[in-house]
Amino acid sequence: MKQLLLSCVAGASFALALGATAAADDIKQGGSMIVTYKDDVSTLDPAIGYDWQNWSMIKSLFDGLMDYEPGTTVLRKDIAEDYTISDDGQTFTFTLRKGIKFHNGRELTAEDVKYSIDRVVNPETQSPGAGFFASIKGFDEASGGAGGLSGITVVDPYTIKFELSRPDATFLHVMALNFAHVVPKEEVEKYGADFGKNPVGSGAFQMTEWTLGQRVVFERFKDYWNTGLPKLDQITFEVGQEPVVALLRLQNGEIDIPGDGIPPAKFIEAMEDPTLKDLIIQGGQLHTGYVTMNVKIPPFDNVKVRQAVNMAINKDRIVRIINGRAVPANQPLPPSMPGYAKDYQGYAYDVDKAKALLAEAGLADGFETELFVMNTDPQPRIAQAIQQDLAAIGIKASIQSLAQANVIAAGGEPDGAPMIWSGGMAWIADFPDPSNFYGPILGCGGAVQGGWNWSWYCNEELDRKAAEADSIVDPARAGEREAMWRDIYVKIMEDAPWAPIFNEERFSVRSTRIGGDDALFVDPVHIPVHYDQVYAKDVQ
Amino acid sequence: MLAYVARRLLQSVLILFGVSIITFALLYILPADPARQIAGRSATAQTVDNIREQLGLNLPFYQQYGRYLIGLVQGDLGRSYLQKTEVGTLIWSRLPASLLLMVGAIVCELVLGLTMGMIAALRRGTALDKGLMIFSFVGVSAPQFVIGILLLYVFAVQLGWFPIGGYGTFAHLVLPSVTLGFLGAGWYSRMMRSSLLDVLRQDYIRTAEAKGLTRARVIFGHAVPNAILPVIAMIGIDIGLFMSGIVVVESVFGWPGIGQLAWQAIQRVDIPIIMAVTIVSAVAIVIGNLLADLITPLIDPRIKLR
Repeated sequence: MKQLLLSCVAGASFALALGATAAADDIKQGGSMIVTYKDDVSTLDPAIGYDWQNWSMIKSLFDGLMDYEPGTTVLRKDIAEDYTISDDGQTFTFTLRKGIKFHNGRELTAEDVKYSIDRVVNPETQSPGAGFFASIKGFDEASGGAGGLSGITVVDPYTIKFELSRPDATFLHVMALNFAHVVPKEEVEKYGADFGKNPVGSGAFQMTEWTLGQRVVFERFKDYWNTGLPKLDQITFEVGQEPVVALLRLQNGEIDIPGDGIPPAKFIEAMEDPTLKDLIIQGGQLHTGYVTMNVKIPPFDNVKVRQAVNMAINKDRIVRIINGRAVPANQPLPPSMPGYAKDYQGYAYDVDKAKALLAEAGLADGFETELFVMNTDPQPRIAQAIQQDLAAIGIKASIQSLAQANVIAAGGEPDGAPMIWSGGMAWIADFPDPSNFYGPILGCGGAVQGGWNWSWYCNEELDRKAAEADSIVDPARAGEREAMWRDIYVKIMEDAPWAPIFNEERFSVRSTRIGGDDALFVDPVHIPVHYDQVYAKDVQ
Repeated sequence: MLAYVARRLLQSVLILFGVSIITFALLYILPADPARQIAGRSATAQTVDNIREQLGLNLPFYQQYGRYLIGLVQGDLGRSYLQKTEVGTLIWSRLPASLLLMVGAIVCELVLGLTMGMIAALRRGTALDKGLMIFSFVGVSAPQFVIGILLLYVFAVQLGWFPIGGYGTFAHLVLPSVTLGFLGAGWYSRMMRSSLLDVLRQDYIRTAEAKGLTRARVIFGHAVPNAILPVIAMIGIDIGLFMSGIVVVESVFGWPGIGQLAWQAIQRVDIPIIMAVTIVSAVAIVIGNLLADLITPLIDPRIKLR
């Protein structure tokens, strides 16, 4: 799952945009690189893959209607040549580029786009991304197993029309998700459930080898429609490599990108190492780490108690505990996300005020509670820091350090976990839009058994506002929409169901052989690096 | 003998049945919900229910276990929840690497352990003896991940003699084999030492010396072959030891065996893989112990199997 990622996700630097891509055209194609990962690649099926490791690998094998400018969160057309949005914001019509080929040689048409999205929504596919298409007409019937989506019409081989049941401002982002990437029907039917191990798409790379537990090899797709891309001829992904070992191999010149980044235990050493420090690139990411307070469990049903907790936690100290790999947060959205409230002050660290608030809530003597946390380093250490801070205002929190799945299960029960430190499970945006931090984790829809809204906060007024904001599809009114979202998150902080702690920074390492703009190595979408865009210096 | 083997095999089947039901039950009572895990965080409740139904996770325990057992008897280990592929394929693709590593470890522990044990016994009471025994004690007690990372750092990173982890050539095999075999080596050196000392006190050794054989012939012709047999008989039991060791060693060295598969599956609660690796390990341990028991009477005729 995508939220699992802690040390390497989306960094949003808008710096690069168009200029650097234009310059990139002079770069010669050729060469290869080796990327390592600890875990096996689970699947390369765009309908199924949903972890930070396969996310960008899939992006290199498949294409969707939309994508982002490399290194940024700016939407752009991909295999769509153009699109129009109706005035009511409920009809999106895309025209496709002509001559786009799948890796098997067949031309990609609008039928394939329809087939691919119908496939994701079909319950038999078991796609974790089906819900993203809920705004398309006929979703309920299709997700019940009644065939394709009635809202998708193939007008001609190069034109496809989406009719929505409600205006959806995030629809273009959804079309850029991997789940909307295009697969060829004949190959899916040929491999059946094993398509994910035999992926065939229309992307910049095609997969040529997969040795289970050892390596996956991508080679440049010669007939790729976007000529000039990818820059590299070959990428080898070696799996089963511990991050510590991968870093040693990088220093030894054996590999180019340690996909899991710098392990926390080696962080300070690596940042001071003369051979490594120049190879490390830092960027932000669309991540927030937070403490949830279950508003259904007393005394957290009292807003004063929740505000007191917000004031009691010393975030700067926690950032120091993780060696400065993050910046303190005061609201749910990360700073690089559109809609972030720059001027919002949040709850400053103030022990006396926190104590006073507790007293006002009739809890001058404090209370006992539980803080759930995932049991891998550094999460328990962070939880201990929070525990000490809470003790200073009289809250005795016992730490429940459990396996990730168990914490998630406890959070999904209304009476399961009074407090959870989200580290290791924290929300990382699926796409760079403020709405993506709301619905499942702060909206009423997520406050259900098995949901991800672990604070069980449900404010119907804000739900209405959120729906209203998301119905503003007109790009000209994007600023207005952003302001509405900013307002929603500030309102949420008044109710304080979360204590936002920090936004993680991301640190990528590359070998001296691999070139490309810094932003490509902390790309907010293509993680850990933009595989299609980076190049080999030794063939220049 | 045949009756003994038949009885032991029957017992083995019962043991495996027990292992499977206990593991299945433990994984069943885990609060983690596989359907939710497959569905991911953005899924609707309906998607989760669909997946639960398709996988039969909504059935009562005995039905789920029954389904699993029927599959298992037919050699079907199920599909991995997260790797989206046949568990059997995953295990088969990784088994050769693990077996190779175990063979390497057995060679290492025998060569290292027996040599050290012999030298210690022959130089009994000297500083060398004491040094070797301390060394073997370290081998028995040190955690494998420490030994692994230490060897990796010294011999691969600093000296550059071996590759830094990975799989493929003989050079890749050396360090993981030594790491996995180190514990056994410490163990074997102590056993070999006491076994050889024991043999050296026997009358037939005195007889051999009395008839004027050279010391080398006494030791290598009479003492060592007799001392080594009871030690060798233990190899079968090592397989069980290795089954736990490979989880650590394979992860440290990036060795693509079933230990690494198990470790990844445990971290991600991929239940079908955890089940399968547990059963494969149990089979290996049962076979190992059976072999050890069958070899013992061949080595020492005083022991009879009944």
